[in-house]
Amino acid sequence: MKKTARVTPPAPAFFPVVINPEVCNGCNRCVEACQCDVFGPNPEPGKPPLVLFPAECWQEGSCVDACPRAGAMRWVRPPHQRVRCRRKSTGEDYFI
Amino acid sequence: MSEKPVKWPWPLEWGQTETVETDVLVLGGGAAGCFAALGAASRGASVALVEKGATVSSGAAGSGCDHWESAASNPCSRISPEELAETMIRAFSRYNNGISHYIECREGYDRLIELEKLGAKVRDTEDEFAGADFRDEATKLLFAYDYHNRTTIRVWGTTFKPALARGCRRAGVRVFDRVMATGLLTEGGRIGGRIAGATGVHGRTGKFLVFKARAVVICTSRPTRLWLFEPELPGISEFRPFPCSGDGHAMAWRAGAEFTMMEKSVKGEWSGLRSFPPYSTGNNHNTWYACDMVDADGRKLPYVDRDGKEIADFAGRFRPAPGQRLYLKGGNEPNGAVYEVQGADTLPVDELLKRGYRLPFFADLTSLPETERKVIWGMMVGEEGKTKIPILRAYSEAGFDPARDLIQSYGDGWKSGAFLPQERQLFGLPGGLFNDWNLMTSVEGLFAAGDALFASNCFGHAAATGHYAGRHAAAYAAGRDPVPPDEPQIRRERRRVYAPVGRGRGPGWRELNTTVARIMQNYCGAFKSGPLLDAGLRMLADFRERDAARVTAANPHELVRTLEVLSIMTNAELVMESCRARKASSRELEFVRLDHPEMDPPEWNRFVTVKLGREGLETGSAALDYYGPLAEGYEKHNPADKQKGGER
Repeated sequence: MKKTARVTPPAPAFFPVVINPEVCNGCNRCVEACQCDVFGPNPEPGKPPLVLFPAECWQEGSCVDACPRAGAMRWVRPPHQRVRCRRKSTGEDYFI
Repeated sequence: MSEKPVKWPWPLEWGQTETVETDVLVLGGGAAGCFAALGAASRGASVALVEKGATVSSGAAGSGCDHWESAASNPCSRISPEELAETMIRAFSRYNNGISHYIECREGYDRLIELEKLGAKVRDTEDEFAGADFRDEATKLLFAYDYHNRTTIRVWGTTFKPALARGCRRAGVRVFDRVMATGLLTEGGRIGGRIAGATGVHGRTGKFLVFKARAVVICTSRPTRLWLFEPELPGISEFRPFPCSGDGHAMAWRAGAEFTMMEKSVKGEWSGLRSFPPYSTGNNHNTWYACDMVDADGRKLPYVDRDGKEIADFAGRFRPAPGQRLYLKGGNEPNGAVYEVQGADTLPVDELLKRGYRLPFFADLTSLPETERKVIWGMMVGEEGKTKIPILRAYSEAGFDPARDLIQSYGDGWKSGAFLPQERQLFGLPGGLFNDWNLMTSVEGLFAAGDALFASNCFGHAAATGHYAGRHAAAYAAGRDPVPPDEPQIRRERRRVYAPVGRGRGPGWRELNTTVARIMQNYCGAFKSGPLLDAGLRMLADFRERDAARVTAANPHELVRTLEVLSIMTNAELVMESCRARKASSRELEFVRLDHPEMDPPEWNRFVTVKLGREGLETGSAALDYYGPLAEGYEKHNPADKQKGGER
């Protein structure tokens, strides 16, 4: 039986979660909330979680919802999901 | 971001075995699984629950649920459980699960009240919507769709899973989070033998688990990623959560359980990069029902009733048409509602273009009555799964104002993308495990609930069938000695589970899943035929032998993903065998056989069933009303459960 395990985290592409390491205190509630197990705890206590499997994110926001510290974790919509909105009174378009 | 290997962040327990004994074992910790655990515990059974992710947030409704369907026993409903269930059965030309939907109609509201007692929010206690057409002032319940008949309740579903996880803890359920159930154990290790338990593997530590149980309830949703797979972003390949890979279907198939309707699939409605996140674009269906829609020039799109008669007043969208008893959901969905239950909708796009309306269309929340605007944007969008953070919060932070702004629509109905006919999925009451009135499958001691059952859908159905299956599993377990697990079967499963770990170079799980999807699109797409399906099955077997047998996994997490794709391959086989077994086309099942083109010939208006027997594939059939009269069947099998219902 194998005694080791290794993982090489890829650079997150289209990953909608941004962590602010200045605010995050490494409580790991997001790690436990994620049903896809995208994160792992940082080996250094108090530091932001590791993003190990970003492509497997179901993009439902449980991690951000579980985060108790304002500004520690933010949802940033991947650019391909931008939609067109229109201010009705002016007819002016904008994209979010 | 680091692209260097990092140390595995959890303790490793590769090869270690934990053995757990329980009366009732529940596989899957979504809505159905949590309720199954609560139902079994309520009857005094010891319960273990195995969940691949985190019970607090897992499952399709893990991040929310905005409306609870078929609550026919709520105090404001004008429709009896019998009438509603019969109507639902007719609405799908009887290709529907009469037993499970009757349980949903009869017990669903009780489960909602149970959730409320566990701390979930199910009524407008703050009087935010006081005076709204959709609110009952006495109970403070909010209704959706058909405001006259009041069988669908708007709910604050983001509170549901945390409440259920709490409830399971309080009820003494032993919860095994981050454990993937991999296989069922049967008497003597035989296909079709009585149930003896299940095995699992921990997705963080790699530990192997053996669960010895008197009864097992499968609550592992339905297969996904059969035709649709997004290698770049596998997490959003399908509408259902990424971890819902149909493991329960695969293990039940291998154990000899009977399935039906697995030949049914529909053209994709939502997937990965092809469409937008659900509910995030302008539309007027489902969560957004019945929003105003305008064309590119700001002209309001007319709403019509099922007879094509224009509905002038806003409130008319939420009333049955003249002469109509009730309508189910709103709009002409899914996949074309039958006339009897068709709700109000905007005219079809073709007709609108003929009349001079110009694309693109936009959803216009600004012109709605204020309570209707607030209930769509703020409650429904906010409480529905995947909307609270990714849509409501993100759009609000970006400056979207529902009282002033329009949002573009990118597809008809609730869809926001276009798919090719061979890009299919199991959606809109697809197939699943075949069940009796105890929600037991054809394998003795193996029960099923929620989306694991054939023709199932929605939170209320998952909750009601979960609790019911849990109770019946507990009753079954109470009367029987445990079946001793078969040690050779455990050893075989352990070898199968760990095989990808010890290998050197080989393909990864994404390559496997990509290939399965290609095989399914090519050999089991919109148009089926016997020879094509035979070729597909041979291709799959060849792929299994040449490539899947070499798949590698470098850590426990990858091992789980790999085992999922092995489930997906098994489910592909199940689907193709089911397609082969129905030698006739069927409109309701969206099933076209080029070699049997006649649509719904009377002799084929039956459930076709498939299972693995000791000698190989066994096909059979059952009458579309095999379950008999609904109330009678229910009462016969639940003598102690007199419906309380109507509790305020």
